[in-house]
Amino acid sequence: MTNHWVDIKNANLVLIMGGNAAEAHPCGFKWVTEAKAHKGAQLIVIDPRFNRSAAMADYYAPIRTGTDIAFLGGVIHYLLSHDKINHEYVKAYTNAGYLVNSAYGFEDGLFTGYEPAKRAYDKSTWSYVKGPDGYVEVDATMTDPRCVMNLMKAHYARYTPEVVSNICGTPQDQFLHVCEMIAETSAPTKTLTIMYALGWTQHTVGTQMIRTAAMVQLLLGNIGMAGGGVNALRGHSNIQGLTDLGLMSNLLPGYMTLPMEQETDFQKYLEVRALKPLRPGQLSYWQNYPKFHVSLMKAWYGDAATKDNDYAFDYLPKLDKIYDILQVFELMHQGKMNGYFCQGFNPLASFPNKAKIGGALAKLKYLVVIDPLATETSEFWQNFGPYNDVDPTKIQTEVFRLPSTCFAEENGSLVNSSRWLQWHYQGADPPGEAKADPEIVAGIFLKLRELYRKEGGAFPDPIVNLTWNYAIPAAPHPEELAREYNGRALADLTDPADPTKVVLKAGQQLDSFAQLKDDGSTACGCWIFSGAWTEKGNIMARRDTADPSGLGETLGWAFAWPANRRILYNRASCDPAGKPWDPRRDIIHWNGSKWVGFDVPDFKPDSAPAQDMGPFIMQPEGVARFFTLDKVIDGPFPEHYEPFETPISTNPLHPKVVSNPAARVFKDDLEAFGTAKDFPYAATTYRLTEHFHFWTKHAKINAILQPEQFVEIGEELAKEKGLKAGDQVMVRSNRGFLKAVAVVTKRIKPLTVNGKTVHTVGVPIHWGFKGVAKNGYITNTLTPYVGDANVQTPEFKSFLVDIEKA
Amino acid sequence: MASQSLDIARRSATTTQPPNVRGDVPKVAKLIDISKCIGCKACQAACMEWNDYRDKVGTCNGTYNNPPDLDADQWTVMRFTEYEPEGGKLEWLIRKDGCMHCADPGCLKACPAPGAIVQYGNGIVDFHEEHCIGCGYCITGCPFDIPRLSKKDGKAYKCTLCSDRVAVGLEPACIKSCPTGALVFGTKDDMIHHAEGRIADLNSRGFAQAALYDPKGVGGTHVMYVLPHGDKPEIYDRLPKDPGISPWVSVWKGVTKPILGLGLGVIALGGFIHYVTKGPNEADDEDAKEDKHERR
Repeated sequence: MTNHWVDIKNANLVLIMGGNAAEAHPCGFKWVTEAKAHKGAQLIVIDPRFNRSAAMADYYAPIRTGTDIAFLGGVIHYLLSHDKINHEYVKAYTNAGYLVNSAYGFEDGLFTGYEPAKRAYDKSTWSYVKGPDGYVEVDATMTDPRCVMNLMKAHYARYTPEVVSNICGTPQDQFLHVCEMIAETSAPTKTLTIMYALGWTQHTVGTQMIRTAAMVQLLLGNIGMAGGGVNALRGHSNIQGLTDLGLMSNLLPGYMTLPMEQETDFQKYLEVRALKPLRPGQLSYWQNYPKFHVSLMKAWYGDAATKDNDYAFDYLPKLDKIYDILQVFELMHQGKMNGYFCQGFNPLASFPNKAKIGGALAKLKYLVVIDPLATETSEFWQNFGPYNDVDPTKIQTEVFRLPSTCFAEENGSLVNSSRWLQWHYQGADPPGEAKADPEIVAGIFLKLRELYRKEGGAFPDPIVNLTWNYAIPAAPHPEELAREYNGRALADLTDPADPTKVVLKAGQQLDSFAQLKDDGSTACGCWIFSGAWTEKGNIMARRDTADPSGLGETLGWAFAWPANRRILYNRASCDPAGKPWDPRRDIIHWNGSKWVGFDVPDFKPDSAPAQDMGPFIMQPEGVARFFTLDKVIDGPFPEHYEPFETPISTNPLHPKVVSNPAARVFKDDLEAFGTAKDFPYAATTYRLTEHFHFWTKHAKINAILQPEQFVEIGEELAKEKGLKAGDQVMVRSNRGFLKAVAVVTKRIKPLTVNGKTVHTVGVPIHWGFKGVAKNGYITNTLTPYVGDANVQTPEFKSFLVDIEKA
Repeated sequence: MASQSLDIARRSATTTQPPNVRGDVPKVAKLIDISKCIGCKACQAACMEWNDYRDKVGTCNGTYNNPPDLDADQWTVMRFTEYEPEGGKLEWLIRKDGCMHCADPGCLKACPAPGAIVQYGNGIVDFHEEHCIGCGYCITGCPFDIPRLSKKDGKAYKCTLCSDRVAVGLEPACIKSCPTGALVFGTKDDMIHHAEGRIADLNSRGFAQAALYDPKGVGGTHVMYVLPHGDKPEIYDRLPKDPGISPWVSVWKGVTKPILGLGLGVIALGGFIHYVTKGPNEADDEDAKEDKHERR
């Protein structure tokens, strides 16, 4: 989230789109009811289904699954053509006036530089025009046809209400009503908050859907404001912590990145990440990358990381490509990956095309599953009748199941959507032989290290030199790990203003990442978590609810990364002169000598407004980007592309380029896509309030509240198919089928899309063949094996099925 | 539960003065704001946990209503209704159903077993199952169709409004668990005041008929609803528009009054006879209940 859960209460207008907060985030949704009850806020819900959130909405509009960019692109067009934008904000805080490379263009669904054989772009033209001083050229009047604003206007001029309605199936009057409601928040004293979740991420254009939302918010001047922002509702506890700590194949902790295989030079690796300002006077905070990185390597390798060995840079793996989960299972399926550790992950249930996942697991020599529950994955080799129809005699994979603890059986912190690290305490002892994950991993590590020490190997250094100074090496305490993430001084640290004054003695915990050094004198396991466990103790365990502003900026409650900051980009809550756009939303302001207020300023604390430093300090421009250069791989402006399985078999905007041309598709998976001819209905998967992923079907109460697998279809489709509520139905995609009870509902209506009637079939996840709920089919039997072009999140939300009475 | 045995206002089939040495205690109420309820069923889960009962893992009947009805092992359920008036907007109405804790409780009036049903001074109507003879008259007496006989022990069960929690100053478990503030608890006066604010908000959002549901036919209730369509309670899964105590109860009372005059010994004997013949009685009631609820 740019903002945080409590801050939702400050909004005038709440847009839930690409998510279903009431259903999937019922506790967080309370802040929507607060905004409605106490601030008179309005709630808009846009979704293919009239869902639990819609039941609470002041205005609901339907949309065809996978077409959110068309809808939001239409909103951008509406705001620009009706002049409903915060002009001063857009001018001062975005790249709207920046001039773009004259070679950049967009035609017939493709941006410049497309290379069809690679399914990738040469992004070199997606760049700014730079002046002789090395800085980007800006036309503050925004009259130059090559400035971002005019390119953006031209790009979205195609997204008229007629076009939007034709693609999305949203009736034009309803689309326009939503536009009018949103446009009202362009006033500096009104805010819109956008709440989204997997309904945006799980598409082949997921990253771009979220970007489109950010663009809408920038035009309205709602980023940085209390009650504004683009707010990702994280689902899996602790998924925010997972990304923060860099548990993606290409990430290091704190959103640093692993080097690619050509990046063998340490200084060059740092240079391209420590971005120099693109405009005069900008902070460009990533210039501190070397401090974060060197401190990380000191935390990991201690004395083995020295200036002379580039702080053990050679210990890091260099990637030839991104090893996301789709890539990993593709390699497994090809027989190129033979062993797999599966920790807190149930891929047989959670990843698309179950047949492929199960087939891949069957090719492994060994599979290690670390989980508190007996997952489907750990029993993929067992025959469970129709739910898992495999022949165990033909599967040779050796499976090790290592029982681990649940969150309530251990101390530790979880990071919530608000970026809050909240410490919690063990509530119960784990059952049986279950051990905490650190203990399990430590056991494996110590054994491996012993083998490397004894037997050597091609390159044992990264294993044998890893810092492992835990009190009990076989069972590191969560407290020790937390202190390590926070970081400590390795030598006495002095005040930069007065070198005779020692700020921290060697060995003391750091106060914040501002103290990090690139000379090896500090160690820090995750720079954005620095400040969570200082010399004052465990900051994450604080539970002070004091809220002096009444806006919910409870700085004494837990710890929010970065630097205990509650609202990101909060400098943008003030006008360029440093005065809050809205006096009732005064979270920080310039007091004449420094930035002060109820939140921690996301800014250089003493940079006067006259110095023209931009509020988006992580960007080398200092401003937010409408035109996003080469930072995403599928285009500098979001464009509507159809899901890979589209019910209309074309893209009305550009029939020659139907789906995302830059999305990676493996050959077998391309062949496994179905077409509308055989599978005429748009399908989408989702969660239900009564369950949490594939866990709670193991819990009796949840099983009582939602016992048996079902699918949802509209009354019109039911009538066509001769189905009634309670009937058993079979839902088929080109990859498999499931059978479930039909819920026939008024809440899913057929949509008219490109002259065709499109029905939606809703398929909840949650069921499987382990647990106490009624056994069911794995929903991801149906879903397609293709991911978002940028981050490879699978397209669980949009695919094609057929349905019949079972 | 007998935690409030000093604050009893009424006791079934009893003519002697109930204990109320402490005098007046404030009336309590639960307010269910339908406009804030997302149907998450947290209250159902909390009810199961606090009261420590577990229904069976059932089946999906083609709706979100799970379990599909109240039961001796399910004291509250969500009832989902898709309401789409001609030419109007679709609404998904979600009503938490359970005991309304009537000020004038039909169940208590109908109950022939001394002390099986009590009404506390704070308004909570509670079943004391150890005195229940399983006759099922409370079901007939209830205008909201709430109590259910258990197949395990033949006794009638329903929501206690967590009288045990309330007795020690805690809110009912459902209130504690509600994530959106759709459920609130306090004195009845405060809840009426709270409802006024909610109704004003709903009026401003186009629900001109929003109203508090506190039906006079049963003397008002200690569980009340804020209904966005206050003029049409029946659209919320047949919430009765004008509930009252069944005339059957008056007939029963007419018959029993002279009997009561004969003294408690006769009542005890009657209870004993009921108890002995409980088997066939229970079967009949079960059948009747099943017929009644199949349509859900």
